[in-house]
Amino acid sequence: MSGTQNQHSMERKIRVLVAKPGLDGHDRGAKVVASALRDAGMEVIYTGLRQTPEMIVEASIQEDVDVVALSILSGAHMTIFPRVLNLLREHGVDHLLLTGGGIIPRADAETLKEMGVGQLFGPGTSTRDIIAYIKKEVADKRQEDEI
Amino acid sequence: MKLLDRFFAGDRLALSRIITLLENDAGRRNTLLDVLLPKTGGARRIGLTGPPGSGKSTLTDRLIRLFRQEDRTVGVIAVDPTSPFTGGALLGDRLRMQSSWDDTGVFVRSMADRTHTGGLSASTPHVITALDAFGKDVVIVETVGVGQSTLEIADVTDTTVVVLTPESGDSIQAMKAGLMEIADILVVNKDDRAGAGHFASELRMVLNMRQWADQWQPPILRISAQNNTGVDALYEQLTAHHQYLSEQQHSETRRLRQSRSAIDRAIEERLGHLLAGIPDIVAIMDRLSEQVARHEIHPSAAAAEIIKNINLE
Repeated sequence: MSGTQNQHSMERKIRVLVAKPGLDGHDRGAKVVASALRDAGMEVIYTGLRQTPEMIVEASIQEDVDVVALSILSGAHMTIFPRVLNLLREHGVDHLLLTGGGIIPRADAETLKEMGVGQLFGPGTSTRDIIAYIKKEVADKRQEDEI
Repeated sequence: MKLLDRFFAGDRLALSRIITLLENDAGRRNTLLDVLLPKTGGARRIGLTGPPGSGKSTLTDRLIRLFRQEDRTVGVIAVDPTSPFTGGALLGDRLRMQSSWDDTGVFVRSMADRTHTGGLSASTPHVITALDAFGKDVVIVETVGVGQSTLEIADVTDTTVVVLTPESGDSIQAMKAGLMEIADILVVNKDDRAGAGHFASELRMVLNMRQWADQWQPPILRISAQNNTGVDALYEQLTAHHQYLSEQQHSETRRLRQSRSAIDRAIEERLGHLLAGIPDIVAIMDRLSEQVARHEIHPSAAAAEIIKNINLE
């Protein structure tokens, strides 16, 4: 019975939306990260290629994710991350971690961090580091709702 | 404003948070359900089930649009499997349900089954309740890709659509107990593939051999969700079945059967909590597993020892 088998499942799972905004079709990195997070026991909603910031925010609302992880290789990170962040705030979503990875210069990552984006991961990052980072951030950010 | 007030004011973020609580917070679940249940009953509940890759998500996407053309609001629950090894899940149904992404009349929620058997997760029925109470006109539930004996969907929806493909097997497969028996509507999807006609007529033959307890004869529809052919016919049959159920005597038996299985599920859930509440259950389980592995005791003796420790208070 589930009660003895999966006592760990009683704790709330971490839910992550993995999306690939923009028009380039390189989703291998996103898929590798999605698989790694799944194997770390998380529930990963994978929405695939060509996602607009509006689509990403809409999906985050409906899925009540703890984390939005975006893969951006096209150079559009300075447009997309702030746009997603603003849309989330407009919709009153203030409890989640926006993170991601791709080809993102350090100076840009710093600027985005000041705006409220989380850590961004470059090529060659170990998925273990990403998992550890997400677990820590989610533990800090989760809030209790009063019903 | 508190969560439930926002929920009843139509706030989708509040709906989403409440679903999370229903899924994870055993302590507050009953409090929430007590408030939500009296507001339910307005939604048509439709289940889509069938083997993995048979096109359930694509078909759901098509149906959403047809319901929206008639101005009916739609809630969707899409269930995918949890790995029993890692506890993780990749939920990918949403990928194929994006044609109405900017329509606020549509709410799609992905759920992991959390290794619950039956094609749904244990809390899926509660999430149906939430979507119903939120005021959705239609709730579509898509199961995990299933085979022969994962039939819970028929216990939680009004109309069950079984989605098969020409590759789904021969007539003997179809005669086995299971999917065929819960189908209110049978769909042969991917109709453009070889063997679709032959497969559909075999299904017809198997259905004709059955002794129906019901006046409703499940139609067999050949469609292609991808090419959007035949989906209108499915929509018409969904309406026809809804009409059929609206006549009191037809839905009465079904409702009683569903209530019984809801009680069964509640018992199972409570037992699960009782087991999880045994002090040191993990250690006890580890010890007994080793003894069973060494053939020192029988599994049912181990079960008896665990049950002895349940605290009923």
